[in-house]
Amino acid sequence: MTKPQNVLDLKELRVDRGGVTVLDIPSFSLSENEFVSLIGPNGAGKSTLLLSLMGLMKRQSGSVCYRGSTVASSSQWLELRRRTAMVLQDPLLFDSTVFDNVASGLKLRGMGRGEIKKRVASYLERFNLGHMAERSARKLSGGEARRVSLARAFAVEPEVIFFDEPFANLDPPTRQALTEDMDRIIRDRGIAAILVTHDQSEALRMSQRIVVMNGGRIVQQGTPAAVMNHPVNEFVANFVGMETILEGEVKSNHEQQIAVQVAGREVDTVGDERPGAQVYCCIRPENVTVSVSHPDPKTSARNLYPGRVVEVSSMGPFLKLRLDCGFMLTAYVTRESFAKLELCEGKEVYASFKATSVHLIRRRAA
Amino acid sequence: MDVILEGLTKAFQLLASFDREVLGIALLSLKVSGLATLFSLLIGLSVGTLVALTSFPGKKILVSVVNTGMGLPPVVVGLFVSIMLWRNGPLGYLELLYTPTAIVIAQTVIATPIVMGVTIGAMQNLPASLRLQILALGATRTQLVWMLIKEARLPLMAGVMAGFGGVISEVGASIMVGGNVRGYTRVLTTATVMETGRGNFDMAIALSVILLLFCFAVNYLLTYIQQRERPR
Repeated sequence: MTKPQNVLDLKELRVDRGGVTVLDIPSFSLSENEFVSLIGPNGAGKSTLLLSLMGLMKRQSGSVCYRGSTVASSSQWLELRRRTAMVLQDPLLFDSTVFDNVASGLKLRGMGRGEIKKRVASYLERFNLGHMAERSARKLSGGEARRVSLARAFAVEPEVIFFDEPFANLDPPTRQALTEDMDRIIRDRGIAAILVTHDQSEALRMSQRIVVMNGGRIVQQGTPAAVMNHPVNEFVANFVGMETILEGEVKSNHEQQIAVQVAGREVDTVGDERPGAQVYCCIRPENVTVSVSHPDPKTSARNLYPGRVVEVSSMGPFLKLRLDCGFMLTAYVTRESFAKLELCEGKEVYASFKATSVHLIRRRAA
Repeated sequence: MDVILEGLTKAFQLLASFDREVLGIALLSLKVSGLATLFSLLIGLSVGTLVALTSFPGKKILVSVVNTGMGLPPVVVGLFVSIMLWRNGPLGYLELLYTPTAIVIAQTVIATPIVMGVTIGAMQNLPASLRLQILALGATRTQLVWMLIKEARLPLMAGVMAGFGGVISEVGASIMVGGNVRGYTRVLTTATVMETGRGNFDMAIALSVILLLFCFAVNYLLTYIQQRERPR
């Protein structure tokens, strides 16, 4: 199989502001149909990276290639911006009707009136905005305004789309509805996308690759499972928090009691996912109980696995254990328990956690 | 009291009969101030937009100068334009002093800083990220500027109204550079000054009523614009 061509390639990017380097990215690329999430604390340079990819940020050095050809002149940047779209946290709608807002990108591209009408109507429909086409964009609720800004971005039918925290400060149901709409269109049209987000479950659910940034640099990138389970350093580990993330497939669902197949074992949990669904099982380390003998079968913990301690590291007042139970599981134990159970690397133990402490996230197919 | 009542009655008679002289003065005022506003819009909007959207050393000083110019005393402008247009002055060869054109020039000088100052303020008040959003939508530089002006259109209209309101009601510059020549450079304000001086209160009141109507119309429009729903 040939490697799919990259849509975007960025090399040696450096952005300085006030004499301080705020972004230093030796290389970054986005391949066809790929969905990448950028995560990291405020000021990590995530938004600056997006703006740089669109040529909207003054940079000290760096080159961007779009489908293999270097983007240099201002007309080439314009061409790139006309094949891409960006959705910012603030919807930034124009002071006109919903229709005009969704049509704005098409008008800028000089599209004919009839064609604009058809295109806008179809995107208003997709985002459930058909009934408010003639409404003033100033009179929309927060959720509606975000919906319009998404429709405006997708209406230009971009090949690549950039999202800069598009759903921040929205209530969870609205957020979920919008995320689903967005995800559906991206898949239907095979658009490559980069999402800047603070929401880890959003990043896990939607992306094939997660890029962790800090202080203007890329600290780690990889599949969601790799980044979450194998953080390269303490910063990433602290940032991602969710220590155990297991790829699995739902085997059965009896009245929301779910069995997930993970690395040849079964993890019991609860949820709505149907059999066959590809999921991540996320388990917080503080929810995992470690014992040295087979615990009381009357416990409410539905998941019990024999395993072995493979790594012990100090986390201040407690210790972090990496357990091999056929899959890798992370647990926190206090120093006191550690001593009492005479734990050490190589020790055979039992790990248990409750079905309700497993957080399921549906996984986007690669 | 009689003076006032008599004046009012006669004034309304003049208005109701569409007195040719009164009408001529009112039309000239509209023409001169309208043209001055138009020129100040052309200069103020383009320069103001340029200043607002670019950054250069001394920008703050320039903006302060423009803002000071928003309250330029008309007599000072009248004096300056008179000197420029004086027979021996730098632009004396144009022979424009005491012509309607001279009034248009003086009023343009008065209105331009108003339109420019409002333009700078309105453009700088737009969210900074709006520019990025418009460019990201695929706009060229020209399209960007056009869309920003469209977004700031309400305050810009308010600026134009303020400019027009300022020049149609100013008297100092008009009388200095226009000379209040009957049937030629006589405008509402200069005529009112003269008629009052002569004790022709009926004529003065008639002219003032028209001026007030113009000012009311301008202010009504301004209020209408400002009371429209504010952008979020």
